[in-house]
Amino acid sequence: MTKRFALGIFDDEDVLMHAIENVRAAGVKIYEVFTPFPIHGIDDALGIERSRLPIAAFFYGCCGLAFALWMQIYMLGFDWPMIIGGKPHIALPAFIPVSFELTVFFTCHGMVITFYTISKLYPRWRTPVLDVRSTDDKFVMAIEINESTDLNNLSKLLRENGASEVNEKEMTKN
Amino acid sequence: MQHVSPVREPLVTGGKSYHDVTQDVCRQVEAAPNVRWMAALSVALFFLGVFLYSVYRTLWYGIGEWGLNKTVGWAWDITNFVWWVGIGHAGTLISAVLLLFRQKWRSSINRAAEAMTIFAVICAAMFPVLHMGRPWLAYWVFPLQNTFGSLWVNFNSPLLWDVFAISTYFTVSLVFWYTGLVPDFATIRDRAKGPIAKVAYSLLSMGWTGSAKHWSRYETVSLILAGVSTPLVLSVHTIVSMDFATSVVPGWHTTIFPPYFVAGAIFSGFAMVLTLMLITRVVFKLEDYITMEHIALMNKIMMITGSIVGVAYITEFFIAWYSQVEFEQYAFINRATGPYWWAYWSMMTCNVITPQLVWIRKVRYSIPLTFVLSIIVNIGMWFERFVIIVTSLHRDYLPSSWVMFSPTIIDIGIYVGTLGLFFTLFLLFAKFFPVVNMAEVKTVLKYTVDNGPTYTGHDPHHDLIHKPTTHGVPATAPVNYNKHD
Repeated sequence: MTKRFALGIFDDEDVLMHAIENVRAAGVKIYEVFTPFPIHGIDDALGIERSRLPIAAFFYGCCGLAFALWMQIYMLGFDWPMIIGGKPHIALPAFIPVSFELTVFFTCHGMVITFYTISKLYPRWRTPVLDVRSTDDKFVMAIEINESTDLNNLSKLLRENGASEVNEKEMTKN
Repeated sequence: MQHVSPVREPLVTGGKSYHDVTQDVCRQVEAAPNVRWMAALSVALFFLGVFLYSVYRTLWYGIGEWGLNKTVGWAWDITNFVWWVGIGHAGTLISAVLLLFRQKWRSSINRAAEAMTIFAVICAAMFPVLHMGRPWLAYWVFPLQNTFGSLWVNFNSPLLWDVFAISTYFTVSLVFWYTGLVPDFATIRDRAKGPIAKVAYSLLSMGWTGSAKHWSRYETVSLILAGVSTPLVLSVHTIVSMDFATSVVPGWHTTIFPPYFVAGAIFSGFAMVLTLMLITRVVFKLEDYITMEHIALMNKIMMITGSIVGVAYITEFFIAWYSQVEFEQYAFINRATGPYWWAYWSMMTCNVITPQLVWIRKVRYSIPLTFVLSIIVNIGMWFERFVIIVTSLHRDYLPSSWVMFSPTIIDIGIYVGTLGLFFTLFLLFAKFFPVVNMAEVKTVLKYTVDNGPTYTGHDPHHDLIHKPTTHGVPATAPVNYNKHD
């Protein structure tokens, strides 16, 4: 599916931040903003919801802890009980290190895998980018356009809010 | 907007713009390999060859090739293991602990330090695997169902805790490092000229476009990874120290070991980061990013942790006397005055006395002195592990089994060889990956740079910002940080 975009190119993140507020206030829907680095407060300006990744991370951590305790208690307590160093079969204090490590292991990997999955990031042969300068030093605001869009007005709005260029680009999304 | 006191030193000097950062970091990646890099790589590969040969001897003839004997069952192998693991810790410290403490100066050095962590852990892992004698059965350390019946690993043993600690530490550090690399790979991908580079960096960057939503999640992920890596890094060396502390060997059976080992790890890790950074900044012309201020700050951390280690040495001695345990007292007197006195006093000189020179401002800000100091600390920390391990084992409870340990050529070969492995990996990393985290440096650029990309009066957009053309948007928000206000 081919989509057409108007790209407002900004040179400074503070100008961009104000432009986002003004463009949204003017009732224009911003498709996406591409920046070379994270900008604090941009999520609020764009109305991006707070990520639920921390909740997922906590859940993964709980799974890790439960798995580690189950594994150790089952293996040393029931499946092959052995007395080692005079400790009881289920020597919980001795199980703390492994339980801690597996909690961290599950938290990290679970969260990172979730991050890559929900962000649809995976190795690919070629990556289409709307403007290659957005990974270098430019801040790009992409607005989806269709037949009914008044390009002149949109361009004027972007320029008035500090865009140094306004471009048009087509991109095929697969 | 953040306001930074003018008293603070700028984190990046030279009045860089965002594009300059990209240029400066990508220059190395995009240029053809130069002669100095090739020469350094050849030396590293030679030592890697030494490593492979020594490993071949060890595996083919068995660990009889090592200088181990009836009481010194652990010697160079575990010394090197603990030394390498310790070195690894600084990377995670810089990337995780300093991130949590909002220490912005970490941005320019965290990438290389994390890479150092990963390569150091790889080197460290070689030793426990090799000292098994039959590394092809190394998977036995994992709790896997086996064909002999349900015999499981011993979860009461600190050696098994190590397996979990090191493998968790390695994989988590790797993921943390790689996730941080993805946006920078995207930058290189978008600049790449050749078809191979385009495809390679496209694969590596996983389709990163820098959308605001991704950045928002990325920051959340970094923060949580830092939050869990911080206790993780402390736990790893604590557990390594428990390999010793839970035994009954005089000189090992000490409750001070966990904090003392952690401090020692940070100490040696920062020394290694300094060694590498001092070379990297000159070779890659990154003086504007890794500034004297960075070096001084790392020096201070090294000095503080060195002092903690010094206190730990004295505490051990005091407790040996105070405990009234004859064997414990003997172990410590033997360390200082016995046949290995030279190792003990090398350790004391390198780790306790020389780092105190950092109190002197001139030393802290001197590149040659810092470089020498960092090497001395690395040597000292190696001796610390040697002293703990060999001096405690060579004279145990039974005087009839007292022996001296001397390393064989294979012992030395494996140790020197891991240095080759480490530097091979580091050189490859420095050539093909961005050494400085571009995205993060760009975030600190604006309010800490001299004459950086801040807006000044003559800028054409300046007026527009103060008088927004759309109603409903406050015009009061400050636009930029002006370093003079």
